[in-house]
Amino acid sequence: MLVQWSAAFAALGLLSTAAFAQGTANPTDPQIAHIAYTAGQLDIAGAKQALSKSKNKDVRAFAEDMVKDHTAVNKQALALVKKLKVTPEDNDTSRALTKAATDKRAELAKLKGAAFDKAYTANEVAYHTTVNGALQTTLIPSATNPELKSLLQTGLKIFQGHEQHAEKVAAELP
Amino acid sequence: MLPGLSPFIFMVILWGMNSVPAQAAVIQVTIDNLDFLPAGIQAKTGDTITWNNKDIVAHTATVRGGFDVMIPAKQSASLVMKKPGSFDYYCRFHPNMKGRIAVAPE
Repeated sequence: MLVQWSAAFAALGLLSTAAFAQGTANPTDPQIAHIAYTAGQLDIAGAKQALSKSKNKDVRAFAEDMVKDHTAVNKQALALVKKLKVTPEDNDTSRALTKAATDKRAELAKLKGAAFDKAYTANEVAYHTTVNGALQTTLIPSATNPELKSLLQTGLKIFQGHEQHAEKVAAELP
Repeated sequence: MLPGLSPFIFMVILWGMNSVPAQAAVIQVTIDNLDFLPAGIQAKTGDTITWNNKDIVAHTATVRGGFDVMIPAKQSASLVMKKPGSFDYYCRFHPNMKGRIAVAPE
């Protein structure tokens, strides 16, 4: 099922064919925890880049929200894996996500002003759309622990909010 | 006390009671898992709405061109309804969260 998610990344040009082929078919709870945590950390890194580069009030407010929300969700995730005595396990999807986000940050680093704001917000829409799709189709259905599943479901609602927020900021850019 | 005065005092008290507005209510809205519960509420001008945020992230209760209440994670925030009308509100951080307040004149 993770193959579908990888396909979505590939469609966005975020993942290489190799990474797509390596997609974990049935992620385990330790892998799901790792993927979800990684996705949050990557969005925080993107938001910090935006805070260092953007002067647009709405873009900065959005980036600050991303740092706050993803930090809160990941804090909860860490507390849960500790409680469940689960060790998050690195996997191909986490690695592919990290590579795609690192490449994107390098690309955004070359932009400034309105061009940066436009590219950053467009990527935030695409990123949240992709991650939310993966949560819905793969990560939530594959999660076996009910508490992990519940946290992923809460995360999905929060990130769907981010997706709409990002769309609004992108649409209202000067 | 002079007996002749008591009807007058009684009337003054009655008049005073009449002029005191009905006790303003405090209406509770719970925010749980990105839902305003209940989503629709009815209030009168002078009533207070208190949002109790049980989520791990901050939310807002925002009306476009109107009020904007910040409700930090695991905290509450309140607002007195001063104007009658029907207000659709949402969370600025998570625009998928929506609620409505109908405020009747007192």
